[in-house]
Amino acid sequence: MVDYVRAQERRTGWLLTIPAIAVLALVFAYPILRAVWQSFFTINLGNQLSPAFTGLDNYARMAQDGRFWNTLWNTTIFTLATVSLELVLGMGIALVLNQSFRGRGIVRTIAILPWALPTALIALAWTWIFNDQYGVVNDILLRLGLIQTGINWLGNPTLAMISVIVADVWKTTPFISILLLAGLQSIPSDLYEAQAIDGASPWQSFRQVTLPLLLPQIVIALLFRLAQAFGIFDLISVMTGGGPGGGTETVSLYIYATVMRYLDFGYGAALVVVTFLLLVLVVAIASFFLNRSRKRASGAV
Amino acid sequence: MNKKLELVDLRKAYTPTVVPVKDISLSVGAGEFLTLLGPSGCGKSTILRLIAGLEQPSSGKVLLNGQDVSRLSPGDRNIAMVFQSYALYPHMTVYENIASGLKLRKTPSGEVQSRIHEVADFLGLHELMHRKPGQLSGGQRQRVAVARTLVRRPDVFLLDEPLSNLDALLREHVRAELKQLFGSQNTPVVYVTHDQTEAMTLSTRVAVLNNGYLQQLDTPERIYTEPANRFVAGFIGSPQMNFLQVKCEAGRAIVGNSRIPLPLGSNTKEIILGIRPEHVHVAQSSNEPALDGQVFLVENLGMHNLVSVRIVSGEEPITVRALLGMEHRLATNAPVRLAFPPDSINWFDVGTGDRVEATTPSMVRNG
Ligand SMILES: Nc1ncnc2c1ncn2[C@@H]1O[C@H](COP(=O)(O)OP(=O)(O)O)[C@@H](O)[C@H]1O
Ligand SMILES: [Mg+2]
Repeated sequence: MVDYVRAQERRTGWLLTIPAIAVLALVFAYPILRAVWQSFFTINLGNQLSPAFTGLDNYARMAQDGRFWNTLWNTTIFTLATVSLELVLGMGIALVLNQSFRGRGIVRTIAILPWALPTALIALAWTWIFNDQYGVVNDILLRLGLIQTGINWLGNPTLAMISVIVADVWKTTPFISILLLAGLQSIPSDLYEAQAIDGASPWQSFRQVTLPLLLPQIVIALLFRLAQAFGIFDLISVMTGGGPGGGTETVSLYIYATVMRYLDFGYGAALVVVTFLLLVLVVAIASFFLNRSRKRASGAV
Repeated sequence: MNKKLELVDLRKAYTPTVVPVKDISLSVGAGEFLTLLGPSGCGKSTILRLIAGLEQPSSGKVLLNGQDVSRLSPGDRNIAMVFQSYALYPHMTVYENIASGLKLRKTPSGEVQSRIHEVADFLGLHELMHRKPGQLSGGQRQRVAVARTLVRRPDVFLLDEPLSNLDALLREHVRAELKQLFGSQNTPVVYVTHDQTEAMTLSTRVAVLNNGYLQQLDTPERIYTEPANRFVAGFIGSPQMNFLQVKCEAGRAIVGNSRIPLPLGSNTKEIILGIRPEHVHVAQSSNEPALDGQVFLVENLGMHNLVSVRIVSGEEPITVRALLGMEHRLATNAPVRLAFPPDSINWFDVGTGDRVEATTPSMVRNG
């Protein structure tokens, strides 16, 4: 009897997931498989966009493509810098917002504003902030006497990278802090009281209670941000367009240029495939290590 | 008495109007089990949190072994507390939970192991050591929470309604366990509950609280037999004590057609007569002081019937409840004569609600 009911339920369950699977297949699996297929062809202006099967030629070309390796390097730097900065700052802000003080509601609302604004607008604003003639940053530094002449922030590869990182951290930290704040609020306060009675310092309580109990939220934030930062496009596209001299060009920008500007569809598809696989690999490795540390923190062997 | 823990005029005001603890003074000696008993919201937990240092008093002092600890942080007081929710760390095993307090206090690891082993023996926790709190039953969690305080060997144990999350049967069982456990050691215990049975069974002394005020601090026996005021009399004992407001004449209370002598020396016009349902009985003879009434509800409690009787005398009808043996087969609407043995009567002042006792030299100031 029970088995029959179970089987029936399972069948209904499968039926109900079919639409979702179909949608996923259509918008997710199809484009990826299509890109994989296209990456085995040469389709560019050189052959009047008529596809010619060339096997792994596109991949061989990629291995020799200095610009590709450069963008991969830029993407990695950008991802590591922004994600770690955002996590640390987001944690700090979440801890502050979790305290009760007057006007906390308003401060919380203000704190998420940067994340709610459109990226393109924010990117424009930051372009002006870092402007060498009229920018606020240079103005402040000049007034403080820290520099003698205005710095051309977006005109130097390293400084431009720092600028886009700062802009991204400013925009995305609120997202992490709100996510972590939700986790902090689910930790019962009597755990901290038990710690206080046992003589724990705030730092010890943070290590022994907050961090392990917040790990699920940290993992989600990390995976989410890793994937997002690796595919960064809009912010950098508006602020520097990938310049100067490719100093801030990320993989996404390079793919965009390859496909939309050089109309090199086959090679663009190969770039997409490799980026996609790299991203899957990074997220898989990250989630493996995070899961392991979570298990260790939660005491399960 | 050797005072281990002392509260001196302890007061806590969260806001000018929210004052859950009002000038409480009491002391607990070695080996004592003091219960703070009172209805929900009367400030019991707040007192416990003041002792622990989780709250700062607005005025007054907390003394631990004669030393003022009011300004010390909780970690510097050497107290241990069982929370109502148990406050077990969900990500740690039972062993780690029990060890956490010792490790924070930098106890040598050999010592940690031997103490935990001892407590685990005592509470039968060995099989559970590697489980997480989420994999334990309510009773097991409660025992882990108790174990966590025991290994600490504190100067005083604080327990905040530790049985309230257990089902009735388990509660009775764990109550007996707690009594054995804390009875066999010498560290004072302050125990908070709103359950009078727990207070009566566990305590060496009970502090009854209401509205932030200490109502009575006494042994369980005296709390029951000589309640200090109407609140204590009504709060302790189930079913509740009967209260009758009666007129007095020439040092005697007029109860129906009989006159019951008042405590020596009182000459009021009115007084409150309090008598517990278990002390009311069916009158045996017609010259016994008694009240005529009519049964209107019989509740079977197994060993006794709880009989509610409407007294017909006087202006407004009053209801008296009596615990009567099953041999009285009383039907609804049957007439019944209830006798109040004078020895079992408690008298309370109509105005203040305080207990009225025979005037002795020390009580003269009560007039
Ligand atoms: N942090 C607080 N801020 C304001 N009021 C509080 C706070 N904690 C408790 N109270 C109030 O103090 C009163 C006593 O609370 P408590 O000591 O928890 O009662 P209980 O006797 O049920 O344990 C309650 O009315 C409660 O609302
Ligand atoms: Mg309470």
